[in-house]
Amino acid sequence: MSLLSVTRSSLAKDLRLEWRSKDALNAMLFFALLVVVIFSFSFEPSAEESRRIAGGLVWVAFLFAAVVALNQTWARELRNQVLDAYRVSPAPADALFLSKVLGNFLFVAVLELLMTPLFIVFFDLRALGATWQLLPVALFGTWALVVNGTFFAAVSLRTRSREIMLPLLLFPISVPALIAMVRATTLILTGEDSAFLPLVFLAVYDIVFTTVCLLLFETVLHAE
Amino acid sequence: MKNAFMLLALGVFLLLSYGLYQGLVAAPTEATMGNVQRIFYYHLPSAILAFLCFTVNFLASVTYLMKRNARADALAVTTAEVGVVFCTVVLVTGPLWARPVWGIWWTWDARLTSTLLLWLIYVSYLMLRRFASGGQAPVLSSALAIFGFVDVGFVYMANRWFRTQHPQPVLFGAEGSGLDPSMRPALIWNLVAFTAYAALLVWIRYRMERARQELEQAHALAALAGGGR
Repeated sequence: MSLLSVTRSSLAKDLRLEWRSKDALNAMLFFALLVVVIFSFSFEPSAEESRRIAGGLVWVAFLFAAVVALNQTWARELRNQVLDAYRVSPAPADALFLSKVLGNFLFVAVLELLMTPLFIVFFDLRALGATWQLLPVALFGTWALVVNGTFFAAVSLRTRSREIMLPLLLFPISVPALIAMVRATTLILTGEDSAFLPLVFLAVYDIVFTTVCLLLFETVLHAE
Repeated sequence: MKNAFMLLALGVFLLLSYGLYQGLVAAPTEATMGNVQRIFYYHLPSAILAFLCFTVNFLASVTYLMKRNARADALAVTTAEVGVVFCTVVLVTGPLWARPVWGIWWTWDARLTSTLLLWLIYVSYLMLRRFASGGQAPVLSSALAIFGFVDVGFVYMANRWFRTQHPQPVLFGAEGSGLDPSMRPALIWNLVAFTAYAALLVWIRYRMERARQELEQAHALAALAGGGR
């Protein structure tokens, strides 16, 4: 079985499941909506101030919301011992991991697409820098959150109180990526400087941690 | 074993006392910072030992993943615990020193942030060890240790965009940096004393961890033998 075909069929299965139940997306969307509303109550910024803090607020909201979806990725496979079946099957572990990462990436991307207009409305946002640059920031940033998140969701699956364990493991590791995402977003919104450096940083972070995840995933999947 | 520990503990106690005397009495008062600079003799050795412990933890974790050696795992958990203790000392003494000298308790510069992150990562490592069930804990936490070690470099670079407030490296630094020779004995004595202290902690904790592993194994074997009847 090749990497590509297993990835594709596993991803198709996850998307079909999500399309029929919409469990992860609904929970994530409502959670993010609540975070946005609570943020707007907690801070009442002027347009100038909100440009400075919006980068942080947006990414913290997405990070919290992503955890909701990430917690469900592997928990879903525990029912009917699907994960055990994966372990004994000859399918490459990398394919399973990649399909989960891609699935989560799509879910979080949909969330971002739907929530961004809300942020713009609530915080009266208008970018002074090159707006199109927000796209690579979103792509690299989301990948950084999702690739590590999927990995640590598989780790926390093996622990007691697994739902709370995931953020405890994921947040410290994600801090550098978060710094870069927030920095890039703030630079684009305020138009002070080029966001090139944080973008390169994010790209390197993505490459390094995707490699580490792929190297270690099989070990974690078979941990006994 | 018990006698050896008491003897070594006594030696470490004497070394630490002499280091304290060196730092508080023998070393000269710093020209601009005054007496508060003496916290340096605890701050720097703790930092060096914390980093050393975390490096050993990383190497032991990699060894465990490659060889599945229970000794490497015992060393990994031991150095993580001792490293967190020393890292806590660094994070407590740092603000105490910064407040009178810089006028602030804390600043988000590269070195402070990466030390704090290091502390957070290894606390999450200890949490994972506590929460992971049974035999999976060593594998899962070894994976986390590798992530943590890779992450620290990124944290440091991420913060380099902001101007750094922490002084340039005192040891092995650029030309013009460096410690006044009269302060050197206090630093070296404290470094030696702290290293001996850390080694003692690691050793005794390692013995405890090994005993725990052996006990667990004996229980597992007994359960297997009982199940066969």
